[in-house]
Amino acid sequence: MLVRFWGTRGSIPVAMSSAEIKRKLVAALVQAAGRGLHTAAQAREFIEHELDFAVSHTFGGNTSCVQIDAGHRDYVLCDLGSGARVFANSIMATRGPTGHTFHVLMSHMHWDHIQGFPFFMPAYIPGNRIRLYGCHERLEEALRRQNAAPSFPVDFSRMGADIEFVRLEPGCEYEIAGLAVRSKVQRHGGDSYGYRIERDGRSVVYSTDSEHKQDDTDEVRAFVEFFREADLVIFDSQYSLADAHSVKEDWGHSSNVVGVEMCQLARARRLCLYHHEPTSDDERLAALLTETRRFEEITRAEHPVEIIAAYDGLEITL
Amino acid sequence: MEVIAKRLADTLVLSPAGRIDHATAEVFKTALAPSLAGCAAGRDCVVIDLASVEYISSVGLRVLMLASKQAKTQGGALGVCALQPVVREIFEISRFHLVLQVFPTLRDALAKLSAEALAAHDAA
Repeated sequence: MLVRFWGTRGSIPVAMSSAEIKRKLVAALVQAAGRGLHTAAQAREFIEHELDFAVSHTFGGNTSCVQIDAGHRDYVLCDLGSGARVFANSIMATRGPTGHTFHVLMSHMHWDHIQGFPFFMPAYIPGNRIRLYGCHERLEEALRRQNAAPSFPVDFSRMGADIEFVRLEPGCEYEIAGLAVRSKVQRHGGDSYGYRIERDGRSVVYSTDSEHKQDDTDEVRAFVEFFREADLVIFDSQYSLADAHSVKEDWGHSSNVVGVEMCQLARARRLCLYHHEPTSDDERLAALLTETRRFEEITRAEHPVEIIAAYDGLEITL
Repeated sequence: MEVIAKRLADTLVLSPAGRIDHATAEVFKTALAPSLAGCAAGRDCVVIDLASVEYISSVGLRVLMLASKQAKTQGGALGVCALQPVVREIFEISRFHLVLQVFPTLRDALAKLSAEALAAHDAA
């Protein structure tokens, strides 16, 4: 099973500023001085192996969209944030414009999780099939309203693909494109739903836009079971724990610290920090990853949890 | 979990020991409650001395946050002090050092919160 991240940012898409790009270039050039990098291959080697991630890469700015690729001919996505546009363009460029089937598991209908759909080009092309799965009663209404005047010039009714909405029952298991899929309600404005996806003994949990109240022991126990021994937990770590318990309490997001603790309790294999705070630049997110790895290290009992930070373009093989 | 309470003039110094985690947080919360009730404007200050706490989890930090909120609502003053290195790291990673009054030592906490308590501490 391969997990591809097309959008990893929370709340709103962001783009790097000229000042940030200049900072990266200055840092890279200073570090490269005197290194005798005369060819593109030498420069690439230097960038890949010697520069820090925050200098040589970016975490990216597209909002939530994750692809679960288990080798099935159909495509499976979690959410339709702005990353879905990049995914769709990639499929059309490499596999052609039509004849595709897409299955999309929707966590909820906040803008940052649906805003990629008006720009999801396969939706406008006859011969494509799109199945939108979710636990919310008003999922179809939310997507139709987004593709309608006065918010958008091309109405939903002009989408030429065969589009179907499929209501899921939380806690029930479904087979979707060869994957076993189960959803769980999460604490978020208007509710959100996490998905546990399994195939051939491998499991990934997609759990974003989910606030955790650690003193609610029943809730903690339910999430620990949902995450139990997962190979990968994709976790909403938008806030610091202090913010989540103070000024941003009840805003519906969680923290790196709670992610580590939940994965330790669940004996999950990997924790992937996700739904990054839009005000965090690459240096801040790289520091968050370092701190989270340190937190896992100093709080570890006997079960180690590998810590990863998602970025647009990251691929993880389970 | 044991929480030792000691009065220094108008200040209650509470000293928990061991780990504050899922197993002990409720006991810790219950132990703080009577002292927090009197942590108000013109009444007691509260200092939570973490010198004997070797670990605190998110649920323990939430107890501290709720205690701090209660003290603020009542117009009282609450501080924590004497964090062991691991606990200090946990405070920094969780950013709790930015939302709670954290002091290096008990004496530093008393110096900030109550001159009378500081005098009682130094006289002891």
